[in-house]
Amino acid sequence: MKRIFVKEEFCMGCRLCEIHCIVEHSKSKDIIKAFKIEKPRALPRIMVEEKGSISFALQCRHCEEPYCLEACMSGALYRDEKTGAILHHKEQCVGCWMCVMVCPYGVIQRDLNGRKVALKCDLCAGREIPACVANCPNQALEYREG
Amino acid sequence: MCVRQCAFKGHSYDPETDEVISKEELCVGCHRCVTLCPTNALTVRQNPLDFRPNGNWTPWAIRNIFKQAETGGVLLTGMGNDRPYPVYWDHLLLNASQVTNPSIDPLREPMELRTYLGRKPKKLELDYTQETLKLKTPLPPQLKLETPILFSAMSYGAISYNACESLARAAEKLGTYYNTGEGGLHPNLYKYGKNTIVQVASGRFGVHKEYLDTAAAIEIKIGQGAKPGIGGHLPGEKVVEDISKTRMIPKGTDALSPAPQHDIYSIEDLRMLIFALKEATRYTKPISVKIAAVHNSPAIASGMVRAGADIIALDGFRGGTGASPMVIRDNVGIPIEFALASVDQRLREEGIRHQASIIVAGGFRNSADVSKAIALGADAVYIGTASLIAMGCHVCQKCYTGKCNWGIATQDPYLEKRLNPDIATERLVNLINAWSHEIKEMLGGMGINAIESLRGNRLALRGIGLTDTELEILGVLPAGR
Amino acid sequence: MRRPIKPWFEKEISGCSLTGFINEDGRRVNGEAIIQSIGLMNERSNGLGGGFAGYGIYPEMKDFYAFHIMYEDAQAKEEAEKVLNEFLLIEIQEKIPTRKTKGIPHPPLLMRYFLKVDENRLYDLEISEDDYIVHIVMKINSQIKGAYIFSSGKNMGAFKAVGFPDEVGRFYRLEEYQGYTWIAHGRFPTNTPGWWGGAHPFTLLDFAVVHNGEISSYGINKRYLEMFGYQCTLKTDTEVMAYLFDLLLRRHQLPIEVACKALAPPTWEEIEHKGEEMEWVKALRIIYGSVLVNGPFAILLSHKNGLIGLNDRIKLRPLVAARKGNTLYIASEEAGIREICSSPDKVWAPKAGEPTIGWLKEDRQNEFESPRTRISDREKPQSVYSVPGVC
Repeated sequence: MKRIFVKEEFCMGCRLCEIHCIVEHSKSKDIIKAFKIEKPRALPRIMVEEKGSISFALQCRHCEEPYCLEACMSGALYRDEKTGAILHHKEQCVGCWMCVMVCPYGVIQRDLNGRKVALKCDLCAGREIPACVANCPNQALEYREG
Repeated sequence: MCVRQCAFKGHSYDPETDEVISKEELCVGCHRCVTLCPTNALTVRQNPLDFRPNGNWTPWAIRNIFKQAETGGVLLTGMGNDRPYPVYWDHLLLNASQVTNPSIDPLREPMELRTYLGRKPKKLELDYTQETLKLKTPLPPQLKLETPILFSAMSYGAISYNACESLARAAEKLGTYYNTGEGGLHPNLYKYGKNTIVQVASGRFGVHKEYLDTAAAIEIKIGQGAKPGIGGHLPGEKVVEDISKTRMIPKGTDALSPAPQHDIYSIEDLRMLIFALKEATRYTKPISVKIAAVHNSPAIASGMVRAGADIIALDGFRGGTGASPMVIRDNVGIPIEFALASVDQRLREEGIRHQASIIVAGGFRNSADVSKAIALGADAVYIGTASLIAMGCHVCQKCYTGKCNWGIATQDPYLEKRLNPDIATERLVNLINAWSHEIKEMLGGMGINAIESLRGNRLALRGIGLTDTELEILGVLPAGR
Repeated sequence: MRRPIKPWFEKEISGCSLTGFINEDGRRVNGEAIIQSIGLMNERSNGLGGGFAGYGIYPEMKDFYAFHIMYEDAQAKEEAEKVLNEFLLIEIQEKIPTRKTKGIPHPPLLMRYFLKVDENRLYDLEISEDDYIVHIVMKINSQIKGAYIFSSGKNMGAFKAVGFPDEVGRFYRLEEYQGYTWIAHGRFPTNTPGWWGGAHPFTLLDFAVVHNGEISSYGINKRYLEMFGYQCTLKTDTEVMAYLFDLLLRRHQLPIEVACKALAPPTWEEIEHKGEEMEWVKALRIIYGSVLVNGPFAILLSHKNGLIGLNDRIKLRPLVAARKGNTLYIASEEAGIREICSSPDKVWAPKAGEPTIGWLKEDRQNEFESPRTRISDREKPQSVYSVPGVC
């Protein structure tokens, strides 16, 4: 299935991926409104890990054998049949955060803005290329099979 | 994001006021923040601090004195001469054929830009004893270029590894060559050797056997257009581990190349070095000699050709650099247009023009400049600053600080990451392809289908707004004749 | 003759007509035929220039160099004759016979000289006889104001003037000469007015060139030749053709086909495609890059042993060839050929960049110094080298 891969040698830690993830998941999809007007501000599903001169962007790996799926009590996490992505049903989530604890990559976050549910990358369903990949200025993110 | 991206610390975030504040005096005008800002919120303007208008004491002159009074040091700067001397390319115009001569359509007819650089014999000697014709004596070694444009010498140290790799890959893709500059050749780039011209400069940085063996041609650097008469300069901040290994010098030390090559004090010494290199490479590679364009360039060039150089590289005063004293960059050297015209004419007068190819460099901005240079007599053109701009440079002239925000003129790994060789290679290939196509269109317009017929064809040019003497030196007619 | 006052490097453009033929068996005919052939194509010229060259026309004086010189005034004549007397031995000096013709007003002074070179001089200078003559021609043409040598070969002569070519032929009484090779040209210059020296053919020693087209690479061809001591003084781009052939054939001793390939080489792609067998063509093109003649052209090059027709690399000008018996005809238009040969054995259009070559069949003793004038068949001078199209 198609996943997002990062090329660490080209990630410069600019965090534009985070910004565009926020815009993509905002209500208005407009960058000014998403940041200035919408309250609460949407959260990014992608995080840039940085230390010294090393940096790279990390998001849900949509694992073949997902620990989070198995740990989910309410069945809010499910695999989309067409794309193979692991998606999250906000309404069904009870906020137990087992997925957060069990994820070996630490890419599921706690959504502190609302009902305290979980938050993770959804491969931008509805877009041809995920927002972070399309907007990386240094082509450090790749959307490909693998 | 602008906070993170500015290596000069021009922006900073104040969490108390939740604002980004800018320190204007630190801005160098590299446009990094402007380009990457996702909301296009930034722009750069010249600081409107006006001095009283003064034709002689310009703000620039005044500020330079402030700096020198404070530090007592030589003013350094990067890139090429930015003073408002006339650009003679803008005073030359090209021809087009009409009625008496059909123009040729490059999209439908073959149009040839293939160029061979190297020494050529005066006439062809054929062997008639066999069934088919054979060459009697083989040609001296030649460099084959698919387009008359090469990438100029920019040393590894002055620019980052990623930038060098991009140039190497682009040269390979395009079928042309790039020049290592005086910084030696990184081992990972040996695989592009057949598209590499290596440089032997006054500091002899990185010169050893494999270096010479792997290259397609060797260039002896006597001088460069940005700083004629002095040697290269790499500030200590940029001499990191890899640079130190490649150049064979200690880490952190300023790499100041000596002004002359200390074994070339006169023309006969040059001949010795040229032939030493030819012997070392078994006469399989052309040897090029690079000089800056100065007052007696024709005489020097003539001497160089007779000393055995196969290619002459002429660098005009607009040539760029990583670091150079500002006074030398701005005041020493002559425009490449005149140097080229007089060198070409002089070599023809002496009947030795075929013994060496001429490559020119120094501030070529577009394909029209390239075409005009070829019409004046150049065999090919080196582009330096233009290729950096293609890779992202915004000519902020702060290369010597090592803090290039675009990842080009820096050794800081955090900054170097910003230059993705995949992207940069593609951009360089795009640039050269675009220029080559434009040159083909111009050739077709002149009714020519091979670049050999433009090379040295001064009748294809006309001058506009030039004095009689300038027209005479350039060997072109004024527009209207 | 009024020479227009222009800076010396301006070039005139040659839109025109040309024709020529060679009797390969050496049979000499008078100039009537060539006049008729070029006359038919008058439409292609504008009356501002015409010229002829004939070979074998001075059989009694065949060991003497025949200089045809035009003078603007008596002073030019005096100065030029001084030079000739100083450097050469003049056997005969006389006016070129002409007749008053309506279309040719105000002719300049036209003289011809039959000259020999003093051998002792040659010995001192250590150059060949031909080089000596070339030096003198260049000297007079560039240094003496108002004097132009327009023919300088042995047993051949060029005749040119301002006017329609058939009128020029009548003016020079060409029907009184007998030659085995004749070429002719009619001019359509786009700069006004035409001047006598600017008409074709352009000659040097016994090479004569007539040209239809425009040489876009004139600027560099000229500068290349200047490196070898040639001076381009006649302000017409065709001049470089004559000198290029002199350089390649006589001085560098290259065979005809090789020289033609230098002027109109195949593309790099083609050369690489053919590989090993075209290795020498690649070297030729690299060495003689400045010899490549760009721009549309159809030329006829004649010399004492043959006639060559050549087109540019992409054949932008017309050229037709025909054969009947021992005669090879080449002209801009088939009509020009049929005017003087109503039923040729073969008619064809030569290909771009491929020379059409006609050779004199008799034993050649006075060739170029080169032992290899043709690539093959040196020991069989009778047969014609087979190029596509020539049977």
